[in-house]
Amino acid sequence: MTVETPKYRELGLTDSEYELIVEKLGREPNDVELAMFSLLWSEHCAYKHSRKLLRRLPTEGERVVMGPGENAGAVDVGNGYAVAFKVESHNHPSAVEPFQGAATGVGGIMRDVFAIGARPIALLDSLRFGELDSVRSRHLLDGAVRGIGHYGNSIGVATVGGEIYFEEPYEHNCLVNAMCIGFAKTADMVRAAAAGVGNSIVLMGASTGRDGIGGASVLASAELGEGDEAKRPTVQIGDPFEESKLLECCLELLEKGLLVSLQDLGAAGLTSSAGEMASAGGVGIDIDVARVPLREADMEPFEIMVSESQERMLAVVEPGRVEDVRAICEKWQTGSAEIGSVTDGGQIRILRDGEVVGEMPVEALVDGCPLYDLDPAEPEGWIYGNRETLAPGAAPEQELLALLSAPSIASKRWAFEQYDSIVGSRTVRRPEQADAAVLQLPEADNAIAVSIDGNGRRVACDPYEGTIEAVLECAQNLACVGAEPLGLTNCLNFGNPEKPTGAWQLDRAVSGLADACDALGVPVVGGNVSLYNEGPDGPIYPTPVVAMVGELPDAAQVAGNAFVTEGDAIGLVGPFEPSLAGSELAKQRGELKMGLPRPDVAGVVAACEIVRTAVRAGRLSSVRDVSDGGLAVAIAESAIAGGIGCETNVEHLRERGAQPEEALFGEGPGGFLISGDRATLEELGAVLIGTVGGEEISIGAGDRSLSVSLAAAESAWRSLPAQAERDAA
Amino acid sequence: MIWGVLQFPGSCDERDALHACQLHGDGARLLWHESRDLDGVDGVVVPGGFSYGDYLRAGAIARFSPAMEAVAEAAAGGMPVLGICNGFQVLCEAGLLPGALLRNVELRFRCHQVELVEEGSGETLSIPAKHGEGRYYAPEEMLDELERNGQVAYRYADGHNSNGSVRGIAGVANERGNVLGLMPHPEHAVDPLTGSTDGLRVFDRLSQGALVNQESTKAPRT
Repeated sequence: MTVETPKYRELGLTDSEYELIVEKLGREPNDVELAMFSLLWSEHCAYKHSRKLLRRLPTEGERVVMGPGENAGAVDVGNGYAVAFKVESHNHPSAVEPFQGAATGVGGIMRDVFAIGARPIALLDSLRFGELDSVRSRHLLDGAVRGIGHYGNSIGVATVGGEIYFEEPYEHNCLVNAMCIGFAKTADMVRAAAAGVGNSIVLMGASTGRDGIGGASVLASAELGEGDEAKRPTVQIGDPFEESKLLECCLELLEKGLLVSLQDLGAAGLTSSAGEMASAGGVGIDIDVARVPLREADMEPFEIMVSESQERMLAVVEPGRVEDVRAICEKWQTGSAEIGSVTDGGQIRILRDGEVVGEMPVEALVDGCPLYDLDPAEPEGWIYGNRETLAPGAAPEQELLALLSAPSIASKRWAFEQYDSIVGSRTVRRPEQADAAVLQLPEADNAIAVSIDGNGRRVACDPYEGTIEAVLECAQNLACVGAEPLGLTNCLNFGNPEKPTGAWQLDRAVSGLADACDALGVPVVGGNVSLYNEGPDGPIYPTPVVAMVGELPDAAQVAGNAFVTEGDAIGLVGPFEPSLAGSELAKQRGELKMGLPRPDVAGVVAACEIVRTAVRAGRLSSVRDVSDGGLAVAIAESAIAGGIGCETNVEHLRERGAQPEEALFGEGPGGFLISGDRATLEELGAVLIGTVGGEEISIGAGDRSLSVSLAAAESAWRSLPAQAERDAA
Repeated sequence: MIWGVLQFPGSCDERDALHACQLHGDGARLLWHESRDLDGVDGVVVPGGFSYGDYLRAGAIARFSPAMEAVAEAAAGGMPVLGICNGFQVLCEAGLLPGALLRNVELRFRCHQVELVEEGSGETLSIPAKHGEGRYYAPEEMLDELERNGQVAYRYADGHNSNGSVRGIAGVANERGNVLGLMPHPEHAVDPLTGSTDGLRVFDRLSQGALVNQESTKAPRT
């Protein structure tokens, strides 16, 4: 005999959460209400395990135009313009179907940005996969890259940057985080709060189908025959053409002042967008599901309310303007339907042909979910595996080539050339030309720079220091192009927060994020949380993906990251204290363990200022930060990019306590590798480490001194296509 | 001259083309796909993107738009028409240019800076290319005829024909020389800050009638 599991449990609600819903309603919820509560009370929508921690983050700043709680954050870039930005995860869909998962991730993040009235001008992506020797990882990489390209290229928004790491713990749970940057006249921006009792609710864009009815499929299958649910795709299907029309339509509607507010439909579809609009505006909303244009005629009310069909937006419109709105939708050949109205009384009511099929207080639905405290406990040691791929006795030349060809370090040209990086005519620095993407804003008479970063392996070694490093890395990348940070957003990709280790990682990482932002004086204008990223072998590396936007006065001054001129001096700036802890070399040697050195945050901030000022004055030939693979890899990458060798010596780092191999391959924040006029470098306080020139990359490091030909280094660094496409060979 | 830039649902590079046309000419405006009125412009750009989502086949639906009917008539009257990327595909679909564009030989979209050789002068231009269906194809006899007529306007420089175009062809003109299509994007090469200004030369060449084939004895198509 089997005991029937209550529906609410299969929908992910706990017994006490269900009891709370019954208490708030004063009765048992019906199927429509249960479906809606189960989604809005999910971790994804309610942030119930992370919201308390996120209160630690600084969100105030004089340049902040929109902060957390809006569809996207936005900062003032002057001249009456603002830049909006947000990062969001689409991890689980991408692990099931990488092409559509990544494509709809891109589509979704763009809707967040144009929902506030900003035209999307750039995309970036942060991707994590298992090691490339796994067929599954190659499949996911190929699909995700194609999916990102398909959506971004087709809609005409430039993909200007990103990062990809390959690490065993992502084997079963890849990460696909997409970021969108938007540009708007500050006066034209719109918030998501519904307002004006009696105003109409208009659903625009694609029709509503059964795609993406994820969590609620338990209810769905209860009403379908055995096996029918297999036909029901839970991964959404994206159509960039539909979104392109919807985007232009929404921007025209906002420009003409025809909308009171606008909200995209993302996770939990109509339920969350209507609920959040009503909650933000302190009003109620009636929605008649019979008026929602459907792809399949026989959809149940709960299915309509939770469908995650893509390319839809919800607007609040004054009744007298509905016809004007619909005419513009027709011009752009996109759908529109008046599906409800704004009400007073604070209830969200779902009707079918006028008959009420669900009714709940907005407050209970949107803000009523209990928030939980975590129960963190530090693990006793390194909980992830170690795999030796590089013999301990390898020669330093061998080590350098092994690092350059490591897929996480090797050139990502194979991936980024599949993306249109130039549409929009703003891209001043294309991927890999500089450490941050640079976009010109002629309207505001300046430029912005964007960087996205998050080395999960280092965060796994120390979630607090590792997250600080991720923020510092972004700030350093911006400094490399002369940009001053304006704001930060993030996507916290973690494992199960209900387990002590997952809770500890999340707790420490959020503290690190908060402290780093405080130290830099950079406000957090938004964020996204993706928890429960675990596979059968355990959790992913804790991966806070940090994205920072900065401004620079003159894009023409931006130096590249390639050595340029024979005879230029090469120097090191900043409090770089290399250590093998958490490094790519330690990974390849199978020597990963807990612990990272404590960074000199104030010193890094000061170094950023020196570099930023020098770049803005156009005084450097090249600049890059010292990152994965350490100083030797940074030197080699600058040489490869410039097609010119160099003669260097890093033994000076011995004064900072670094052994020769640490000086070569040790990692840590705070280092900038610059080249230029010798006197300039001396004036900047750089430690001079060599000269640009020749066909060899020579690095003196005592008994670990090495020299490799430019050609050998380049061939290793450009080996990603062969590694990614080995199945096709 | 005043340029018009067609705008279809799904166009991506129309604003870039508009900007380039403004830099090149005396003004430029967008022309909506549903209108047959070309608004008095002196030349037309059919821009890049994915017109009508490129459903069915790249450019296959856009050719039937009212604006394209007007462009075909104007082209027959000698108006300069420049098709870029998807616009090139549209012009081929519309029969205004010979040949067709197939999927890249590597079966991947690719965005990168390429070098083009201008036929005739031998000048090399640095212009970005970005497409997944840019492999120029035409039957051998047609290619021979295009070359005889001087209709091949641009070829990829050695090592730059990454899409596998037949005979390295990047751009072709009609017999009369007033309609030009090419896969790389001259409108994205008009600003030194974003990489190059060589694209303006493409606009010049078309608008100044430099592609009009002097040696051809055939009567212009009308």
